[in-house]
Formats: sequence, structure tokens, C-alpha cells
Amino acid sequence: MKLNNEIAQELYRTLQLTDSALQDEETAHLVINHNMVVGEHLIPGLEVDVKELKQGVQVQFRVLRDTIIAKPVHLCFGMLPETGLQEIHMEVAIEENAQVSVLAHCTFPNAVDIVHQMDANITVGAGAAYTYLERHIHGETGGIKVIPNAQVILEKNARFKTDFELLRGRVGIIDINYETTCYDQSVMEMNAKVNGRGDDLIKIREIGHLVGEGCRGVLTSRIAVRNNSRAEVYNMLTATAPYARGHVDCKEIVQDNGIATATPIVEVRHPRAHITHEAAIGSVDDKQLETLMSRGLSEDDAVDLIIQGLLS
Amino acid sequence: MGILETRNLNLTMGGKQILDNLTIDFWEGHVHAIVGPNGAGKSTLAFTIMGLSGYRDFEGDILLNGRSINSLNVDERARQGISLAWQEPARFEGLSIRNFLRASARDKSEESIAEALEKVALEPAEYLSRAVDKTLSGGERKRIELASLLVMQPSVVLLDEPDSGIDVEALNRIFEAIQLLKNSGSTVILITHSLPVLQQAEHAFLMCHGSILNKGTVDQICGYFENKCMSCDHKNMPDVGDQS
Repeated sequence: MKLNNEIAQELYRTLQLTDSALQDEETAHLVINHNMVVGEHLIPGLEVDVKELKQGVQVQFRVLRDTIIAKPVHLCFGMLPETGLQEIHMEVAIEENAQVSVLAHCTFPNAVDIVHQMDANITVGAGAAYTYLERHIHGETGGIKVIPNAQVILEKNARFKTDFELLRGRVGIIDINYETTCYDQSVMEMNAKVNGRGDDLIKIREIGHLVGEGCRGVLTSRIAVRNNSRAEVYNMLTATAPYARGHVDCKEIVQDNGIATATPIVEVRHPRAHITHEAAIGSVDDKQLETLMSRGLSEDDAVDLIIQGLLS
Repeated sequence: MGILETRNLNLTMGGKQILDNLTIDFWEGHVHAIVGPNGAGKSTLAFTIMGLSGYRDFEGDILLNGRSINSLNVDERARQGISLAWQEPARFEGLSIRNFLRASARDKSEESIAEALEKVALEPAEYLSRAVDKTLSGGERKRIELASLLVMQPSVVLLDEPDSGIDVEALNRIFEAIQLLKNSGSTVILITHSLPVLQQAEHAFLMCHGSILNKGTVDQICGYFENKCMSCDHKNMPDVGDQS
């Protein structure tokens, strides 16, 4: 039987995390394999309470008032086995005027039939800032289903930014469902970048409610689908307060037999609010393609480079 | 025999003849200009030589070093040594200038990429990590396009309206880059209706309604273009007796 430390090291290896990041006294980290904490390091001002459940964990993540955490906190949620279910229940509280950036690494390098589900309630307090970058590493079989759900509340002057990226491996099924409510002068930015192939299915549902005066929100999706993969992007932004500003931006590149849909919904219920949206779905732009081909790249290499840029 | 030749090139688009039995030779290592009014077919000629989609259904021959390249795709023509800079360069969301230049480069080292940027007067430390996107000005994008040609070192470069949409300072940088391309051995073909650009060339061709009307020194063609073409309303009927 492997020791916790060995499992943690194996997860780190799949993430290609440097030892320096994890051995740094000023860098907090939490490593969870299935339903067990296998590595943890906390720093002043950050409180993390983990309860192990049958199929996952319940995590209370709290950054205390006025705490500014300079270095990103590493959260690693992974499963080394080929099959299984991992449920993560997270309660996140970034208290008033606190600041933290979280790198969430989700690694399932051997996945054949794995479900990873996260349900999060996130509150970013007045004047606080929370950046959440979720990076996934999957296996090559596509045998994984990732279902992140989050309800986010941004209090006055709060800032929240989230990025979702798949760094390696097949998507499998990704079903993202984020909903954010923005109060006065708060700023929200939600970005998703996913590259689908094989028979991958990408479902993104991002909703922002701009309810506070002067708040701002941007929903951005960058998706590429090839082979027989499919993407369904639903972005909804509503504004009900004066001077609320929002933008919805979705680009999807379709190759082979891929199918992409985009449903941008913008709803404005105040005469001094303003939301814009743009959506582009289709093949790679001819001019981009021929520019790179005129430099000697094959069509396939040119498409790869364009998609690589779009998803970078 | 020139490095690049077209023989009796005809191209019809939408029922209209855009290239009309066009025959032209470009000499190796020289800077040429194809000048003519809007709608003369200059850009169409460049796109046809490059083999862009929509410009492949032509009659006649395009020869590179005496060999037909009619059947080659864009990338195959590029690997044979032909490249093109567009009047309005493409923008690439998220693609760094470093990776854009590296994709074109023969020498993919960081030093080579940085050197090309310096040659077009763009500071590498400031630009290498930026994206080739809408945050760049028109002049910056033109210069990055030229930098990509400098690292590619093609034998034939087609520059479509290189002065379009840029300021005087950027134009001087572009003229310097044209000379750098020539000095590195490239044959340069400028597509233009601008006299300052025309004056960068050693040889000039006057194009009207899909045909070459006249060719000669830059001074000859410049005078003819200024005095005869600017106010001309006839088609392919040059007064070749007075070119001053």
C-alpha cells in the first residue's frame, strides 16, 4: 500500500509541479487523492478544514479579513486509479479586503471511467479579490466526466476571476455550470478554454447577474472541436442596476465533424446599464490560415497553431 | 528568364475578366513595383501567384525558376520560396509574436527572432510575448509581417500595398525592411498605387484592367502613371509615345 507521501509525489509528477513551489514555506498547498488528504501546508491567514467523505471531501476554505496572500495557493484534486467517483464540496469565503489566488490542479492521468464533481459556494467579501485558475490533466482515453458547479457572490468592490483550462489529455465530458451575482462596483471575469477531440462533449453554462450599481462582468469562451466532438456554450449576462457593464464573448472553431453551438443571452433591465456580446463559430479564418501557409506551414500545422493561440 | 514569370495569365471572377493574358517576368534579387489604379488587378495577380483560395481557377502558367507551380497549394509554393504580405495583415488572438515569427523562421532560435524584430525597429523585450492581435497598431502589424518574411528568407516576396494605413515614421521602417529583404537576396514585388512606394523599386510595371500596359524604369513609369493614368478613363489604350 502506498504511503500518502508517495501518492502526493505521484500526483505532483503528473502535474509537473516543481518541488520548490511545494516546499516553499510561503506557498500554501492542499493535495487530495480521491477522498484523502495526502499533503497539506497552510500559511497564516488561510484556514482550510477538510472532512473526508465516502466518495470525496468537504472543504472549508477561508481567507481571513485583510489577509493578502502573495503567492498562489496550490489545490490539487486528483485520482490515480482508472475508475471511481470524486465529489468535492467546497465552501469558500474570502473575507473583507483579503486577496488570494488559487491554482487548482485536477489530475486524472489514468482515467478510464472517472467522475469528478465539484459543488462550490463562493463568497468574495467587500473589497476582496479571488482568482481561481483551474487546470486539468486527463488521460488519453476520454473516460472522464468533469462536472464543476459553482455559485459565486461578489460583495461590494469585490473582484473574481476564474479560468478553466485543460492542459493535457482528452476532455471526455466537461459540464461546467457557474453562476455569479455581482453587487456594487464588483468585477467578475469568467473564462473557459477547452480543446475537444474524439467524441468529447463540452458543455459550458456560465451565468452572470449584474445587480449592483457600477459592477462589471465578462464571460469569455474559447472552444475548439474536431473529429466528432461537440460543444454547447450557454452564456447569460443580465444587468439590472445603473452603470452595470457586461460583455459576452464566445469563439468556437469547428474542424472535421465537430459540432459547436453558442447561446449568448444578454438581458438589460435598467436604462443606464449596458451589455455587449459577440460570438463567432466556424472553421479557421481563411486569412489566418493562408498567412501561416504562405510562410510554409502545412494546413494542419497552421490550424494547430491558430487553435493553440486561441486557447492560450 | 526571370526567377518568377507569368505566361498568358487569364482569370475571370464573377463573369469579369480580372487578369487578361498577362505575361510578366521578375528578375532575381531586384525590387519590382506593379503600379496601377484601383481595380487594375494588381492584388489579384499577387494572390494568384501565391495560390490563395479563390484564385486558383486561372488559365496560363506561373513559373518559378522555369518550373510551373500551377498545381501547388499555398504552403507548397511557400516552401518553394514564394511568400506574401497582405495589405491588411491577419490578426491572431492569443498567438504570440514569438510563436508567429518562429513558425515562419528558418533559424528558430530566440536570437534570430529577436534580431528580426530589431530590424523592423520593434524592441524584442516589449513585443515578443505580445499577441499578434488587435492591440497592435496597423504599422506594428505591418512590421511584424515583414519581420516574419525576414526570418523566412523567401526567394520571392509579394508585398501588397505596404504603405496602407500606416504613418510616415512606420513607412520609413517599412522601406528599410524592403531594402533588407533585397539585401538578403529576396526578389521583391511591390503592389502599389502609391508613388513613394513605387520609388523604392528598381523596375516598374504599369497595370490596367488586368494587363501590363507598360514597363520600364521607375522614373518612366512614375511619370506615365502620374501624368496619364491618374485622370485616365480609357481601358488598356496607352499613349506609349509620351512617357514623360
